Amino acid sequence: MGAAPPSTLRGRSIAAISEDWPSAYQVVDTLTFQAGFNTNMVIAGTTLLGFAAGVIGVFALLRKRSLMTDALSHATLPGIVLAFLAAGWFGYQGRSLPILLLGGTVTGVIGIVCIQAILRHSRLREDAAIGIVLSVFFGAGIVGLSYIQANAAAGSAGLNTFIYGQAATMQPSDVALMGSIALAAILATLFFIKEFALVCFNDAFAQVDGWPVNTIDLIMMGLVVLVTVAGLQAVGLILVVAMLIIPAVSARFWTDRLWVLVLIAGVIGAFGGYLGSVVSALLPRKPAGAVIVICTGAMFAVSMLAAPSRGVIALALRRAHLRLRIASDHLLELAHDSGKVLLHREDIDRLSTLRGWSPLFRMLVTFSMQQRGLAQSDGNRGLTLAPTGLQRGARVARNHALWSQYLISYADIAPNHVDYSVDHVEHVLSDDLVRELEQHLAKRGIAIPAGETVSA
Amino acid sequence: MTSPFEPLSIGVITFNVGLDLFPMLAATLAAVGCGVLGNFLVLRRLSLMGDAISHSVLPGLVIAFLIASTRSPLIMFAGASIAGIATVVLVELVKKLGRVEPGAAMGVVFSILFALGVLLIESAAVRHIDLDAECVLHGQLETLVWYGAPESVAELLKLSTLDAVPRQVTTLAVMATLSLAFIGVFFKELRIAAFDPDLATTQGFNATLMHFLLMIFVAAATVASFEAVGSILVIAMLVCPAATARLLTDRLAAQIGWSVAISLVCGIGGYLAATAVPAMFARDAVNAAGCISMVAGALLALAIIASPKHGVVTRFIRHKRFAQRIAVEDLLAALYRASEADIESVTPERLAAVLAGHSPSETIARAAREGLVSTHAGTIRLTASGHLAAMNIVRRHRLWEHYLVDEAGFAPDHVHSAAEQLEHVITNPPVGPDRDPHGRRIP
Repeated sequence: MGAAPPSTLRGRSIAAISEDWPSAYQVVDTLTFQAGFNTNMVIAGTTLLGFAAGVIGVFALLRKRSLMTDALSHATLPGIVLAFLAAGWFGYQGRSLPILLLGGTVTGVIGIVCIQAILRHSRLREDAAIGIVLSVFFGAGIVGLSYIQANAAAGSAGLNTFIYGQAATMQPSDVALMGSIALAAILATLFFIKEFALVCFNDAFAQVDGWPVNTIDLIMMGLVVLVTVAGLQAVGLILVVAMLIIPAVSARFWTDRLWVLVLIAGVIGAFGGYLGSVVSALLPRKPAGAVIVICTGAMFAVSMLAAPSRGVIALALRRAHLRLRIASDHLLELAHDSGKVLLHREDIDRLSTLRGWSPLFRMLVTFSMQQRGLAQSDGNRGLTLAPTGLQRGARVARNHALWSQYLISYADIAPNHVDYSVDHVEHVLSDDLVRELEQHLAKRGIAIPAGETVSA
Repeated sequence: MTSPFEPLSIGVITFNVGLDLFPMLAATLAAVGCGVLGNFLVLRRLSLMGDAISHSVLPGLVIAFLIASTRSPLIMFAGASIAGIATVVLVELVKKLGRVEPGAAMGVVFSILFALGVLLIESAAVRHIDLDAECVLHGQLETLVWYGAPESVAELLKLSTLDAVPRQVTTLAVMATLSLAFIGVFFKELRIAAFDPDLATTQGFNATLMHFLLMIFVAAATVASFEAVGSILVIAMLVCPAATARLLTDRLAAQIGWSVAISLVCGIGGYLAATAVPAMFARDAVNAAGCISMVAGALLALAIIASPKHGVVTRFIRHKRFAQRIAVEDLLAALYRASEADIESVTPERLAAVLAGHSPSETIARAAREGLVSTHAGTIRLTASGHLAAMNIVRRHRLWEHYLVDEAGFAPDHVHSAAEQLEHVITNPPVGPDRDPHGRRIP
């Protein structure tokens, strides 16, 4: 929370501030659940919340509702304020979390209904509708907060913890409420996971198949609302959306299977919640929400870069590998066409100029050819092809001929127009496809170009 | 805090030059600057990009401050612009490289950046820096109070007043002027880039460049506004006025004009409401930035309901009128067909079936008011003008049937219901054959 008492904070010297850093013992104690009952409760509760948010966030992501969740969490603020005021009017002093969260839920749902109404009754698009609801509801909440601060009696302090979140100072009963909502959401998600998956991947099919798609959708959205509201106090309403989106997006890099996706997202969310609340417990002035988001954000960065199947690095490596293979194919094809075993330096030079290879790329290509046993270096003269290299060259040349024959005879493309596209396709023809091409061409009685056949 | 200048009072609205002049000016300038930029965000479906940028300029500001240790507007502007551009680029990167859905990509990027900014601010606060994570949201209009406010209007109009204008207001004035100038100067380019980026590229200017320029302006508007009015107002003003204007008109230039007017109303009205409404209940003023966004929301709701072109009420009335016209036309057609078959009057059962849900008596009364039918002792007759109108409708109906059978290949017994709907929505066809597919004469 930003409004830490400024006079005490700003008056302190640098030396005093350095005492704020926890000792190594404190760090270890907090990490291993030995830091006292309250702190343990908070850490356990936030971890559970992280898991719940990660799990249900997957479905929000798959239904493309990520930013609607943002509007939802912002729209809870006026409800929290109104619930506080209403409790005051009925003579109930102080803040009671269940009442505040109930108020937040009500306006949050009204916010979502408003988005749907704007989409239905005006020509505004979803982005505008979300932005409108988010800013107007949040503005109303800010007005309410300032009203309470200016006019209401004592006891208003702490309402603005809902904006940035403050996990460290939560009461055990509040944590218990948060944890049980999170647990309920997890169980409900696991119970309905098959229905959710069906609606996420093919809602039209689900409708036709007789599933109550709208009800399932409503349950899904209801769980999102529950988790969002549960996370308000710990994480804050601005950043609670991150707890829902980031784990799901990160997990998406690791797997294509829904069950695994849900599990990984849950684990990432839980770990973020755990780490965030630990840091927040050690450095009480650090807003827990921000710490949690940074922790999950780091996991997102790692996932996006390093995930084996869909990660950026893996993707770049695969692309580089393919480029190298295609380049070496071109060299082998050249050797095959010229009918020589030795690939002269001048030939390689000519091809690299023609194809616009950089010297580095050229070096990499020849190196990878040697690595893969397609050729040996022949000192300054060039490359001597190995038998496997000769075979591959023949195969590429034959693919080239097959595909250009196919384009000319089946796709009616002029013979002098096929070369460019053939140049791309020749490297990716699978064995099955080559066989099929051979059959098709044979059926039309077109002479199959000589060369290595697949069966050989 | 009290100013010697007598507060102006109009009803519940009190305007005190010392207390209210500069805050209101700041809020209104911020509203106008953001409101005019918002037009292109709403058009390009980038409303949430404004939201994202206004969140993620925060780390840019703090980092710029930590590096340069000054709050000079230029340094802040540079930091925010870099952060704004970084947001756009990062969202693109996550979207393209990570193959992530656009909304989620935006959410991931801006929440991480905002969290970074919040953490940095909290660390910066420890180092005696006057930045506060909550001010970022709702601003500090109260710091703009003018202590030495002049005592008379004549004194207020002197040139020396300019010296008293706070830095925040000057910055906002520059921002609003530049935004208006940007939209004015590049109107054509922005318009083409918004509606047809490919055309823009073939016309010889870079649509991506316009996109980035717009984003820089959004970032600048955010940073100019955040100190005084907070990011909540920025987000509201980037979306609401433009969205409201979009419901009021179909022309871009008019939309921009409307959005500026709406922003002005929001800025001034919202600011005054923030003090006036609580004053009615003898309470202290509430946050003006929040009030301005609420007024913007209320205006938008009004536009959705009552816009002359696209409002819910207007559409409802239009639908109703159209349904009534169709009912009258159906009545005329039924009477004409009856007279063709030499039947004197139409039975009430037949009429109820033809009018499908509309009350026969109301429809007859309406047709009688328009002088199309006359009623005599329970029988309904077509008047001369009614006969002509009925003939036209039946003619359209039979021409449609003819067209559907001969040209569109429908079976003759399938075309009646289609023609029944189409007869109401076309103008008179010129000439045609004289028999419909059922062998009846086309009048």
